[in-house]
Amino acid sequence: MSILIDKNTRLVVQGITGRDGSFHTKQMLDYGTRVVAGMTPGKGGTSVAGVPVFDTMAEAVQQTGANTSVIYVPPVAAVDALLEAADAGVKLVVCITEGVPANDMLKVVRYFEVAGVRLVGPNCPGVISPGVCKVGIMPGQIHKKGSVGVVSRSGTLTYEVVYHLTNAGIGQSTCIGIGGDPIIGTRFLDVLEMFERDRQTEAVVLIGEIGGSDEEVAAEYIQKQMTKPVVSFIAGRTAPPGKRMGHAGAIIAGGSGTAAEKIAAFRAAGVEVADTPHEVAALIASELVDRSRRRKARIVDVRPHASMAAAAKTEKAPARKEPPSPKGKKSSSTSSKPKPKAKSPRSTPAKSKPRPKPRPKKKPGRSR
Amino acid sequence: MKIHEYQAKEIFAAGGIPVPRGQVATTPAEARAIAESIGQTVVVKAQVLVGGRGKAGGVKLARTPQEAEKLAGEILGMDIKGLKVRKVLITQAVEIASEAYVGVVIDRAIKRPVLIVSAAGGMDIEEVAKRFPEKIIKLPLDPLLEVYPFQARRLAFAVYDDPKVSKQAAEIIAKLVRVFWRNDCSLVEINPLVVTPSGEVTAVDAKVNFDDNAAFRHAEWEALRDPDADDPAELEAKSHDLSFVKLDGKIGCVVNGAGLAMATMDLVKRCGSEPANFLDIGGSSNPEKVIAAMRIILRDTSVRSVLFNIFGGITRCDDVARGIVAAVKQLKPKVPIVVRLTGTNEAEAHVILKEVGLPVEPGMEEVVKRAIELAA
Repeated sequence: MSILIDKNTRLVVQGITGRDGSFHTKQMLDYGTRVVAGMTPGKGGTSVAGVPVFDTMAEAVQQTGANTSVIYVPPVAAVDALLEAADAGVKLVVCITEGVPANDMLKVVRYFEVAGVRLVGPNCPGVISPGVCKVGIMPGQIHKKGSVGVVSRSGTLTYEVVYHLTNAGIGQSTCIGIGGDPIIGTRFLDVLEMFERDRQTEAVVLIGEIGGSDEEVAAEYIQKQMTKPVVSFIAGRTAPPGKRMGHAGAIIAGGSGTAAEKIAAFRAAGVEVADTPHEVAALIASELVDRSRRRKARIVDVRPHASMAAAAKTEKAPARKEPPSPKGKKSSSTSSKPKPKAKSPRSTPAKSKPRPKPRPKKKPGRSR
Repeated sequence: MKIHEYQAKEIFAAGGIPVPRGQVATTPAEARAIAESIGQTVVVKAQVLVGGRGKAGGVKLARTPQEAEKLAGEILGMDIKGLKVRKVLITQAVEIASEAYVGVVIDRAIKRPVLIVSAAGGMDIEEVAKRFPEKIIKLPLDPLLEVYPFQARRLAFAVYDDPKVSKQAAEIIAKLVRVFWRNDCSLVEINPLVVTPSGEVTAVDAKVNFDDNAAFRHAEWEALRDPDADDPAELEAKSHDLSFVKLDGKIGCVVNGAGLAMATMDLVKRCGSEPANFLDIGGSSNPEKVIAAMRIILRDTSVRSVLFNIFGGITRCDDVARGIVAAVKQLKPKVPIVVRLTGTNEAEAHVILKEVGLPVEPGMEEVVKRAIELAA
């Protein structure tokens, strides 16, 4: 399964009759997204690309069972659209609009928290689960279905990285643009938690940039809680302080939020940091190979344990030498998980290979 | 967007926050007239959009109107951290019994505005945070409630012992939060908030930053804008809906998307050169924007080559290619231009560029390396 959007996504497009809204509705339909409704006040009863248009979100949701909304309205109308979506009962709202005032977003984000609705964006390219569903404006054709989760504050830089991944034969589970604004609904941490739980995702690419401290928060989570490998890229090493670099959130303020700080935080957490967008693909490829090797090693390792346990039923059980695992979940999953498919093209490791130690970069022990 | 102290004080006064009497002057004669009308000791304060004006000699006490005139003459035209002083604020001098700090900032990490109060006023709050973190009290605010008197009282009673003073301070704190919300601020600060020996509380300095994204509903901001605050090339770029930041290198960069633009700059540096600018042409691929972008970059005489790095999504590569061709014809650049276009309508774009003989590179690394070679 992907995260956030999948084959059960029933999408309503807010601002469907506008230039961007109508264009991207067609693109999303072509990609296979189930666009069930559109909404523009005063255009109710019409249709765009065969999709019925409603005057209000309440109607759109009631009549079509839409559970997700995407917003393509200008900044002046965005706050109203956001609140209307949350009020109408959809579970996920993706806001593409750039230029929403930060103080409006403070209120919107708080309202979404209270209403229990997830917000992605604003100022973002959207979410895509390749081959299944696309909600946003990213070019669908550069993506490929697979096992790498991608999360980013940027738009075209994400396309660049995804393009290299796809060219290297590495597919993606879900790619999420969380947005370039200072106040956004979903942050790196939220997405990492979702990827950690998602069974389709085996590794994660995190694309950060200057400004704020969300990358540092993500690094701490990765170090303490995450079992899946993460590769990152941080844009803005050459950005001067005090200047907004396009995105409202991309600014080094009071000397903090620099690329150097973020890179240092990731490296300290054992996360590989690519020096170029291109390099991300190579780093992810080697992480995937490592991971599949480790899993195979685990299978080889589990069998002797089982037979030993059977043979030693009457005897005193041998003391198990299990290394402390980063998460309780991880050790139980080794035996309960169905046998993972061998994905690595490499030969199976020698049977005598000992159980691998937990990766040294991960801190053992729980943190919660 | 930043505004001057005198402008911020006008906003404070409109929000009911007491500020010392004062007026802005652009000439020594005006300064003298204002000082006469105030009729007591005044402070002459340089109005520039940087901190540390006092240390730079831009804030002086004047006991007589003559002295105010003389000091204004000295301060006007002064250079403070690269900014020329064009205006001075002449304001009533206030006797100080104690100084505090009050501010509202947006905390991105918790997605809330935070009210900050410190008994150590008059100095830079970041300095206080480093040296006396125990002297700073922070109260995150629920954006849906904005502010209630009890929140302001909680901070005021924590800082002041005299209940008469605390009550005044609480009102000022609550009013400051309202100023923050009403005016779409990204930051408001009173530093220092002064208590006079007679127990009156007043905002002796004022700082207000606006959120640029909210400019569409604040027509009044245009009049507050300081034309000296922004680089002329950056303003020109803005008028074409381009996001541009001037840098010191020799490789001009035209990119779509802020993240990719930063990554391109970083790659230029990594490959051994320096970027001349940050430039995001945005999602639309209007050829006019491409021409404007080129014009702004080519005006910088240190630019030795210009690279285009376009990843087409909504941006159509053929539109950008047409813009590049038009720009080359119109501006006749003397420096080499190299292009990388990937994504939507890429093949058409390559045909358009080939017709005019512009070199096209297959990827981001290639275009950066080529631009650096050609700049040498």
